[in-house]
Amino acid sequence: MYEGAVQDLIDELGRLPGIGPKSAQRVAFHILEADGEDMKRLADAITTVKEKVKFCAICFNVSEENTCRICQDSRRDPSLLCVVEESKDVMAIERTRSFRGKYHVLGGSINPIAGIGPDQLHIRELLSRLSDDTITEVIVATDPNLEGEATATYLYRMLGSIGIKLTRLASGLPVGGDLEYADDVTLGRAFEGRTVMS
Amino acid sequence: MAGSTFASRSYRDAAIILRTQNLGEADRIITALTSANGLVRAVAKGVRRTSSKFGATVEPFMVADIQFVHGRSLDIVTQATSKNTYGPPIVADYDKYMAASTMAETAERLMDVESDPAFGGAQFRLLHGGYSALARGVHPADVVLNSYLLRALSSAGWAVTWTACVACGKPGAHTGFHPAASGPVCTDCRPPGTRTLDPATVELLHALQHGHWEQTRAFRSDIRHEATNVVISYAQHHLERRLTSLGL
Ligand SMILES: [Zn+2]
Repeated sequence: MYEGAVQDLIDELGRLPGIGPKSAQRVAFHILEADGEDMKRLADAITTVKEKVKFCAICFNVSEENTCRICQDSRRDPSLLCVVEESKDVMAIERTRSFRGKYHVLGGSINPIAGIGPDQLHIRELLSRLSDDTITEVIVATDPNLEGEATATYLYRMLGSIGIKLTRLASGLPVGGDLEYADDVTLGRAFEGRTVMS
Repeated sequence: MAGSTFASRSYRDAAIILRTQNLGEADRIITALTSANGLVRAVAKGVRRTSSKFGATVEPFMVADIQFVHGRSLDIVTQATSKNTYGPPIVADYDKYMAASTMAETAERLMDVESDPAFGGAQFRLLHGGYSALARGVHPADVVLNSYLLRALSSAGWAVTWTACVACGKPGAHTGFHPAASGPVCTDCRPPGTRTLDPATVELLHALQHGHWEQTRAFRSDIRHEATNVVISYAQHHLERRLTSLGL
């Protein structure tokens, strides 16, 4: 244990995702030894982000205003809605420039052991966005892992009966790899999701 | 370290993945129930990258042959070959997913209490059988879950006797049930807080605990529902803390 302020910093850093006690200690000592101005900028950035950035009231993407840039943009197709787990997934899809619709950020995926069920995510808000008939297609873009698939299964169960076209991002072989190195699950999904060539 | 070779620091075992947690940029910590080494918590490096060779193999509910290397605090996964891909058929059905999650949570809880390798082996076989049944869809998810919970608790020393009063030994299918008692009680032996079950529920619970699958098909849904409530209150009582997955 270190004295007061240093230990407080280690404890706070250790609560961040992906940072264990050892990394927390390493980062804390880096901060101690680093230039004072640099660290003040870091502290200011954290303060600013907590004061100014909030979640969009419509889609739950991070936003500096009440509603985000994408929700306000009238050039985007309001009939297409892409459902993702996190704001960083919105960024990843935006980088591709292949989607011109709008988003809905769930805030995670269904993970019963971690105590996260449908009520802990923005699923109710998604249902109310679908209550008028503006949106005609929902693209489920949850992570291609087990919790992401389970979340997609749940959404299908909730939305399957309301007459909206539901699609799921294709899963399959990574571009640039060799077929023989693909694992069974990925190869199986690639077969199921095969597309017509002619 | 002198004499420490890779072979002596590594071991290979069949494992069922119970749960995963993200670690750092692209790694995961997996919690796995192995056939011979009990509960193992290990780091699987780089598995969240889409180019990972064994990312899909070390996902929950999968059975894999895994090569581990002993690490300082956590072991490290160096190789994983898929044996049974139970994950995809389980997540394709939300009820199966919820049942499989509760089963994983129970197995981990039991293994944290009892670390004997033989006990671990028995838990491994039981869970493997349960996931196989869920994945194949041979029985409804609640039937598989309840049967698994009763049998897992039995192997941990909390077997329920359904055919006699646990207090006085009077034979017969009694209908008084208290989660703190290891079985139903007769009308003379009811402790305070005892609830009365439908006689059919007691019959179903006996069939579930002993794997009499054919018999389980004959019961109405309200009887299955009551059986579920009994099993859950019994499991929660013995596992002491509430199962997170059941609170949703
Ligand atoms: Zn928005």
